[in-house]
Amino acid sequence: MDKYILKLYITGQTPRSQRAIANLRRICEEELKGQYEMVVIDVLERPQLAEDEKILATPTLVKELPLPIRRIIGDLSDTEKVLIGLDLLPMRLQASGKGSE
Amino acid sequence: MSLEAMPKPRHQLEKMPTGIAGFDLITEGGLPVGRSTLVSGTAGSAKTVFACQFLASGILYHQHPGVFVTFEEQPNDIRRNMLSFGWEIESWEKEGLWAFVDGSPQAGEDMVEVGQYDLGGLLSRLEYAIRRLKAKRVAIDSLAGIFSQLSDARLVRQEVLRVTTMLKKLGVTSLVTSERSEEASSLSRFGVEEFVTDNVVVLRNVLEQEKRRRTVEVLKLRGTSHQKGEFPFTVTPDRALVVLPLSAMELKQRSSALRVTTGTPELDKMTGGGFFRDSIVLVSGPTGTGKTLITSHFINGGVTFGERCLLFAFEESRDQLIRNANGWGMDFEKMESEGLLKTICVYPESATLEDHLINIKNEVENYKPSRIAVDSLSALERVSTEKSYREFVIGLTGFVKEKEIAGLFTATTSNLLGSPSVTDPHISTITDTIILLRYVEMFGEMRRGLTVLKMRGSMHDKDIRELTIDGQGMHIGKPFRNVVGILSGTFSHLSPTTEIERVGSLFRDEEPPRDATEPSGS
Repeated sequence: MDKYILKLYITGQTPRSQRAIANLRRICEEELKGQYEMVVIDVLERPQLAEDEKILATPTLVKELPLPIRRIIGDLSDTEKVLIGLDLLPMRLQASGKGSE
Repeated sequence: MSLEAMPKPRHQLEKMPTGIAGFDLITEGGLPVGRSTLVSGTAGSAKTVFACQFLASGILYHQHPGVFVTFEEQPNDIRRNMLSFGWEIESWEKEGLWAFVDGSPQAGEDMVEVGQYDLGGLLSRLEYAIRRLKAKRVAIDSLAGIFSQLSDARLVRQEVLRVTTMLKKLGVTSLVTSERSEEASSLSRFGVEEFVTDNVVVLRNVLEQEKRRRTVEVLKLRGTSHQKGEFPFTVTPDRALVVLPLSAMELKQRSSALRVTTGTPELDKMTGGGFFRDSIVLVSGPTGTGKTLITSHFINGGVTFGERCLLFAFEESRDQLIRNANGWGMDFEKMESEGLLKTICVYPESATLEDHLINIKNEVENYKPSRIAVDSLSALERVSTEKSYREFVIGLTGFVKEKEIAGLFTATTSNLLGSPSVTDPHISTITDTIILLRYVEMFGEMRRGLTVLKMRGSMHDKDIRELTIDGQGMHIGKPFRNVVGILSGTFSHLSPTTEIERVGSLFRDEEPPRDATEPSGS
C-alpha cells in the first residue's frame, strides 16, 4: 500500500486550526492507520513554505503522495467530502461492500 | 486672477507618484500614501500594465521595493510580458526589489472546499513579502482572480477587507485591480467597492466608430483633490502607459510680443510684422491652394534666421517634400544637413492619434526646435474619431504653446469653393492666427486668394489678396476688388466700367467678404 504524505497548512492556533488538525488526525486514524505521515505547518511561522506551496486559504490540506497531488481547503468538517478529495472513498465503499456480504 | 493661483488646501494627503506619465498630473501627485486604490476596468483595459508600472517606476525612480500579488497571470508570463517595456523583473527579484506573491490558479490541481476557511495563507505570505523587502508599494491583480478560485464570495469579500486593513497597518501604498464585465456596469462585479471606496480609478477601452479609445478617469481620491473627467491614454513600448492630460493643462503660457517672420515679406506685412513667437497659426483651405507652400515658407524663413525647424508631414513623402521645395527655390536637404531642419514623414494610419501626439512631443523634446509645422492636421482627422481628434488638437496646441515655439498647422477644407466654416470650431478657437486660402474663379480662370482672418493681439490686413506661385515660391498680390462672396464660394463679379463705378465698388466690397465669414474673434 502506498504511503500517504499529508501536509496541513494552518494559521496560528485558532479554533479553526485545531478543528482541522483534529478532523484530519481522526480521519487518518480511521482510514489510513499506519500508512500515513502528517505534517502540520503554521504559515505564520513558516511563510516561505506557504509561498513555495502557493497556499492562499487556510487550513489547506495538501496530499503530496500518492500522486496526483490533491488540495482540500477548509476545516475538514465533512469526512465524506475529505475522503472523496483524497481519492479514498471508493476504497472504503469496496471495504464496506465486502463487509456486508 | 487665474484658477491656479488659488491656494491649495493645507491638509492635502501626501501622494506617491505612480510614474505613469500624465497620471500623476491628473491625480495631482499620484496615489494617496498608505492607502489602497481600486483600479477598475474591463478585460484588455491595461490594468495589469498599470499595476506593474506602479511598482516598476517605484523601483526605477524612487528605490521603492514592491510586492506584486497575482491572482490571474502566472508570474512567468508577467516577467516575460513586462520585458517588452524594459522592466527586468527577474533581476529586480534577485536584488530584492520585487517579489511575487503567486495566487494564480495552479493548473491540473483540483481544489476541494470542505468546511470553513479564510485567506490566512495569503495574508501571511503578503505580510512576509512586504517585511522581507521593506516594500513601499503593493499591487494586487486582480480581485476577479481570487473570487473565481473560491466559491464563498462573502467570505472572500471579508478577507479582501482584511488584506487592505493589513496593508494600511503596514503603511504601504497599494493598488488593487478589479474587473468590470462591461463598460456600463458597476465598478466591480464583486461589491468590493463597498470597502475599497476611498480611491477609485476607472480604465476604459471603448470601441468608438470602429476605433479603440482608451481613457482613464479618477473617480475619487478621498480627502484630496484631483482632475475630473476622462483622459485618453495609450500604451507605448518605451514608456508603457502614457496619459494625455489635455484639459488638465493650464493656460499659463507666457505671451510674447516678439514677432517672427512668416517666411514671405508680403505675409509679414499682412500680419502686421510677422507671427508672434509663441503663437499657433492655422492655414486652412481646399486642396491645392498652397498650404504646403506656406508651410515651406514658414520653415524656410525660420532657417534663414538660424532657427531650428521641425516639420511633420502626414500627406507627402520626404522625397516629394524636397522636390516641391526645390521647385520653389528652397533647399530642404541643405537645411537638414546644416542641422536646422528635421522632417518627419509619417503615414497617418501608422499609429493612433494618441501615439502620434506622443511621437510629436518626443521629437520636440529631443530636437528642441524654434518652429514646428504640421502638414496637415486633417490627414490625421481621418484616422480618428471626432472626440480623440479634438483632444489631439488641444493637446498638441497646448504643448506647443507651453514650449513657447511658433507652430503652424494646416487644415484641408472639404469644399473646393467656399466652406461652411473655416475649420471645426475646436481648432479655430484655440489658434491665434488663421490664414484662409480660397479658390477664386475669375472669368473662367481659377485664381488663389489669401486672407488673414484673425490674428490675436495684432492689427492685420483684412483684404483678400491674390496669391500666385512661381519658381521663387509664393507671392501675394493685390486685393480682389471686383469680386464679392469669395469666402462663401458664391462669387459675383462687379464689372467696373468707369472709374467712378470702380471707386464706388471699392467701398461697396469692403463689407460683404467679412459678412460672409464667421466673426473673427480677434
